[in-house]
Amino acid sequence: MEAMTAPSTEHILAIEDAAATSRIPIWKRLLKDPQAVVTAGILVIIFLLGILTPFLTQHGPNDADLSMVNAPVGTPGYLLGADETGRDIWTRLLHSINTAAISAIIGAGVALVVGVIAGLIGGYFGAVTRASTEWIFNLVMTFPGILLLIILMPVTGGDYRFTMLIFGVLLSPGIYRIVRNLVVGVKNELFVDAARVSGLGNLRILRRHVLFVVRGPIIIAAAFMAGSAIAVQSGLAFLGVGSLEIPSFGAMIASGFRNLYIAPTQFLWPSLLLGVITASLVLLGNALRDTLEGSKPTPVKVGIGQKVAPGNDVKARDASALLEVTDLGIAYRGPSGQPREVVRGVSLSVARGEVVGVVGESGSGKTQTAFATLGVLPAEAIITRGSILFDGKELVGLTDARMRPLRGKEIAYIPQEPMSNLDPSYRVGSQLVEGVRSALGVSKKEAKERVLALLERCGINDPHRTFDSYPHQISGGMAQRVLIAGAVASRPRLLIADEPTTALDVTVQAEILDLLRDLQSELDMAMLLVTHNFGVVADICDRIVVMQNGAVVEEGPAIEIFQNPQDEYTRMLLGAILDESAVRADPPAAALAEGVLQ
Amino acid sequence: MPVYIIRRLGAGLVLALLVTFITFLLLSTSFEDVARTILGPSATPEVTEALIAERGWDRPVFVQYVDWLVNAAQGNFGVSVYTSLPVGPTVLQRLAVTLSVIIPALILTVILSTILGVWSASRGGAVDRLAQGISLVGYIVPGLLLAIGLVVIFAVQLKWLPATGYTPPGEDPAAWARSITIPVIVLVIGGVANMAAQVRGRMIDELRRDYVRTLRTRGTSTTSIVLRHALRNAASPALTVMSLEFIGMFGGALIIENVFALPGYGSFAFNASLQGDIPVIMGITAFGVLLVTGVNLLTDLANGWLNPKARVH
Repeated sequence: MEAMTAPSTEHILAIEDAAATSRIPIWKRLLKDPQAVVTAGILVIIFLLGILTPFLTQHGPNDADLSMVNAPVGTPGYLLGADETGRDIWTRLLHSINTAAISAIIGAGVALVVGVIAGLIGGYFGAVTRASTEWIFNLVMTFPGILLLIILMPVTGGDYRFTMLIFGVLLSPGIYRIVRNLVVGVKNELFVDAARVSGLGNLRILRRHVLFVVRGPIIIAAAFMAGSAIAVQSGLAFLGVGSLEIPSFGAMIASGFRNLYIAPTQFLWPSLLLGVITASLVLLGNALRDTLEGSKPTPVKVGIGQKVAPGNDVKARDASALLEVTDLGIAYRGPSGQPREVVRGVSLSVARGEVVGVVGESGSGKTQTAFATLGVLPAEAIITRGSILFDGKELVGLTDARMRPLRGKEIAYIPQEPMSNLDPSYRVGSQLVEGVRSALGVSKKEAKERVLALLERCGINDPHRTFDSYPHQISGGMAQRVLIAGAVASRPRLLIADEPTTALDVTVQAEILDLLRDLQSELDMAMLLVTHNFGVVADICDRIVVMQNGAVVEEGPAIEIFQNPQDEYTRMLLGAILDESAVRADPPAAALAEGVLQ
Repeated sequence: MPVYIIRRLGAGLVLALLVTFITFLLLSTSFEDVARTILGPSATPEVTEALIAERGWDRPVFVQYVDWLVNAAQGNFGVSVYTSLPVGPTVLQRLAVTLSVIIPALILTVILSTILGVWSASRGGAVDRLAQGISLVGYIVPGLLLAIGLVVIFAVQLKWLPATGYTPPGEDPAAWARSITIPVIVLVIGGVANMAAQVRGRMIDELRRDYVRTLRTRGTSTTSIVLRHALRNAASPALTVMSLEFIGMFGGALIIENVFALPGYGSFAFNASLQGDIPVIMGITAFGVLLVTGVNLLTDLANGWLNPKARVH
């Protein structure tokens, strides 16, 4: 289904942005991020101190001097004081850094090695291999890790390195998941096919292409895993698992905790250092994720309404039409923060009861114009200028709350991709009933009767059964009929149909168009039909507007456009349907061409 | 549906067999150490040998495991090597203590995470940054430090709550509530940090889906879109996170139990492992796996209820 949908304007913009940023090397992008620089700097300094331990200390980590028991901070030779058995706290802190570093290296290292290898195998080879690796890692994942480490204490003998080795295996399912998903994705991409055709062996394909793609997510995961390995090692040492000879933050915290009333600072130092290390690793991981994967979309207030740039003073051309769009501009922010217009000064009008086709290829701004009219532009979009007059009422700048009474009741919408536009968790009927009730405010029973009648009118043979079905239980054509029923349920005056047949089979396409035409004349509604296919608008539209690169290139009565197209681009689009109908002489080939074109 | 349940139960059973067998296999390497620990440092090799033979620890590992399994299946988990107390009832008693801390913590975690996650995903802006900040603090402070910090503040300094100890809820519900307050807070802070971020992420994804736009074009109210539609669809993946969170808390409770001196499952496991009390360790492992299987099954069932597509499989 996904592959059949034409890319939206937002999608194209996102790809352009990604391409623009990926040209800058990773390390340069990281150096620009203060969070990454500061946290990495802190970690480098701390672990450097650990490496330099022999030069920075005068005592051994376990040298106990009874005369120095609980020596205060600043005692000569005991910079941070001494603990309950007279051991130098400064020395033990530095040694603990090394214990933490080794834990992190073993824990994260084992997880990476096991997870990456298994992920490559599970993702690249056949279904049986994948199912079995999947099963094993699910087993590993469902067992409480720390408990297992404790249970296996008689086996590990409490050696923290051995414990971290097991902990690494317990961490590996996370890496396995990441690698497997990426490999499956990469495997289906064309360049691996190309590599296979050019005779590269499986192993070389994995090494060259797959490892290159997965490195980003792995680096991110490694930072988080290093943090949890250190935290777990400290926790276990705090409990007293393992040799008492090994200095570690956990052991120091435990000793400080026992001594809390006598010498509170003993507790403070290791806690502070442990806190700083784990916090830095988490924050570094977050910064790496933002830089390598691009920041995730930030949430916006639901129902905040469309953003409008200040200083918009465009006046509508003509207030008599049902829908009058004048000089509409819509922009998205690019990676540099500069708004880029995807709709530039579009004007079009729809009279009462008229059917207008908006034709153009992907990215021409036709869907954006339709969304702006419905008031459902994505949060990233800004209306830079223009006016949208519906029945004499200005829609640009209207809040979502003031827009809501119009939606469904006055202006309705039929989407392109029927399946993704139904909520998968609710039965079809209840979704339509909810829509009818919020548009018309009728009782539940009345709404249900209305929906059932409409489903039948929209060509559904067993409306009761469809009413009680979940979206995944009905076909794409059926789902589109359901969505049409939902759109016309409240007798809107304007119906906006965005590529209503594009995602459907060729045979179903004609039926849906017939249905739309019949409903349009029956209900006497105006219709704005957005499509990339001149074939669709041919029989149904009174007038046609042709769009390219966010602007109208030609408009006029349908017959005129077909018989005497003025613009070069219009002639090209018309040429495309002539080619298509020539191919359609042979049905299987036509279906094939349809799939490729879309 | 019943076939589905049977399959999940079967998978759980296999998990239980596999984990207990591997644990037994690994533990079998330390039979000699255990015998020496029982007898003390002065025991001669002959005496040690005799004890191993008496307990049957010299038989093939697989035979011993099957022996254990047959008894365990009949509810007989053996007796502790050191205390001679029956393993089954003791484990259950310890488990009850741990669950009495974890279950309230989990319920609170789910409620708070849902509120925080939905709130920040549907409001954005300052609200989102605040929620993100709260979640980050919970994430970067190790649970161990948090536990000790709260004890110092609320128990030692302010003396509002007991620092350590446990009262069973059947004995004195108010004292029980006080004794689990700090442990629950520690678990909730860590849990919310993780889960609220998951709920938030799922909600952001859902709110950007096509069906949400279509609902809006039908005039559906914001409240219904957020709470009825987006949350319901976000709930099913969040549920999986919740089951992992429960399993994580189950492991994490060990440190908590130690800091707060709660006589729970984790500290029991810890002491048994220190002593090498193999029957007790095996009992703990078996109950642990059964609990995990039960939680996973419940998660799957709830998932099927929430997500109609999952019911088919």
